[in-house]
Amino acid sequence: MSALTTERRQQRAAWGFLAPALILIAVFFFVPVIAGLVMSFTDYDVYAIGAPDTIRFMGLRNYQQVLADPEFWHALRNTLYFVVVGGPLSVLASLSAALLVNAKIARWKGLFRTIYFTPVVTTMVAVAIVFRYLLHPRYGLVNEGLTLLHLKPIDWLGDPHWSMPAIVLLAVWKNFGYNMLIFIAGLQGIPEELYEAAELDGAGAGARFVHVTLPALAPTFLFVGVMTMIGQFQIFAEPYVMTQGGPLRSTVSVVMLMYEQGFRWWRMGYASAIAFVLFVIMLIATLIQMRLQGEGRRP
Amino acid sequence: MKRALPAIALHALLVVGALLTLAPLLWMVSASFMPTGQANTFPPPLLPSRPTLEHYFDLFTRLNLARTFANSVVVTLGITLSSLVVNSMAGYAFAKLRFRGRDAIFRVLVAAMVIPAQVGMMPLFLMVKGLGLVNTPWGVMIPGLAGVFGIFMIRQFALSIPDELLDAARIDGASEFRIYWTVVLPVLRPILVTMATFSVLSAWNDFMWPLIVLSDDRRYTLPVALASLVGEHVQDTELMMAGSVLTVLPVLIVFLVMQRSYVRGVLMGSVKG
Repeated sequence: MSALTTERRQQRAAWGFLAPALILIAVFFFVPVIAGLVMSFTDYDVYAIGAPDTIRFMGLRNYQQVLADPEFWHALRNTLYFVVVGGPLSVLASLSAALLVNAKIARWKGLFRTIYFTPVVTTMVAVAIVFRYLLHPRYGLVNEGLTLLHLKPIDWLGDPHWSMPAIVLLAVWKNFGYNMLIFIAGLQGIPEELYEAAELDGAGAGARFVHVTLPALAPTFLFVGVMTMIGQFQIFAEPYVMTQGGPLRSTVSVVMLMYEQGFRWWRMGYASAIAFVLFVIMLIATLIQMRLQGEGRRP
Repeated sequence: MKRALPAIALHALLVVGALLTLAPLLWMVSASFMPTGQANTFPPPLLPSRPTLEHYFDLFTRLNLARTFANSVVVTLGITLSSLVVNSMAGYAFAKLRFRGRDAIFRVLVAAMVIPAQVGMMPLFLMVKGLGLVNTPWGVMIPGLAGVFGIFMIRQFALSIPDELLDAARIDGASEFRIYWTVVLPVLRPILVTMATFSVLSAWNDFMWPLIVLSDDRRYTLPVALASLVGEHVQDTELMMAGSVLTVLPVLIVFLVMQRSYVRGVLMGSVKG
């Protein structure tokens, strides 16, 4: 009897505790997502905002248009460049920093870790503006550094060949500290005995790294790889602030294209279709990565 | 000597890395104190020839950035407070209370984390517009009032609360809400501090959604204001750097103060996520 009432009381209390979160998430997340899917099959545009009765169902026409739009493929190419070039570079920078900070003979580990992590917490818009000036062809410190190394100065933000590398540079600088933390935790989780056993077998530092460290970090690589990629597919603020998509649209990303279509030209049906195509591409890319790295893990 | 060499090389690399990492931020601070025009001279100067605060005065007088700063504070605090209360109640319920459908609902929420926010952005904007909240702090805060990630993290933490503790309070006749308030919340304190730090940093730095919702510059948050200022003041390097310092400094301070709990949260999210 008493057990039953306690259980009932708990049920009621549980729903009371859940209600605010579930209502907020349902109304402001699930409903918009489903509405976005529906919207992507309609011609919702600037006229529809004033007169919703003009909306027509278009079937898959938006999706056909997205896939036939050279602008979309261009934006996708830029985004993939960011993912394929920026991703590995960023993971490499994170792993290098983690190995340095975590080295047995390293001192002031906490200080270096904090310094390397600092860019992660900064405001993207602010540091993108800082990089705009740092990458200035004449007055920027980056080109000043290149000159000191006897390299030719680069027109980072004016030359369409260098604009994406410039954005990769900003993103790597901004984000490597985050994955560094995760790699440090992964490194600290490797049992010391593994290294000792390898050393007894006569493995040098390089062999120990390849045969002990890297395999032990496989799950970390998978997590870091997937999370980094998901973030990079959604790149928006970096090009928006640093290059406005230029020069010659060489840095327009898919999310930026969606933003322009949806909130500058108010073609919301079309913009929703772009968003869902990106979502599907992200899912496929994630599955491929899990497949590849999962197989790599098995001997 | 033979042993010292690797140590020297390692620390040289660490120091070079640290300098490269800090250089953009140090230059930002330095340039913000340079007199107008100095940053655009050749060769690029590292330090102000005659340090000045004029750009900071400019921000607060001519550009009225105090109001923008206040907007950012309001939005950040609103999102943080709401998400802490709402997420902690839900996270606790998922971890410790028995009710029908618990696991199914939780699985749906966690699965939904793979959906990127952009796919719902267009309808969400129309909803915010329909509610008359475009151009208001409420419109900016709406998507952040509750969050699956926060619920997930708090649930993971709350799983470790011993049932005996809760049952003892029940036997004493405490209501479920009282138990949450006086027993559960104090135990959740560490994770709440972590989530508060996460929330402050992400709300303060958020750009895309505030950019969409806010069209009146008196309502802008700092990142939106900065992105718009750089359009008209791109030649005023020193002024823009002062604005960037003003934007970055608060989050940097929060991070340095809350560092330990923040780092713990990053690792928790990566191990269990």
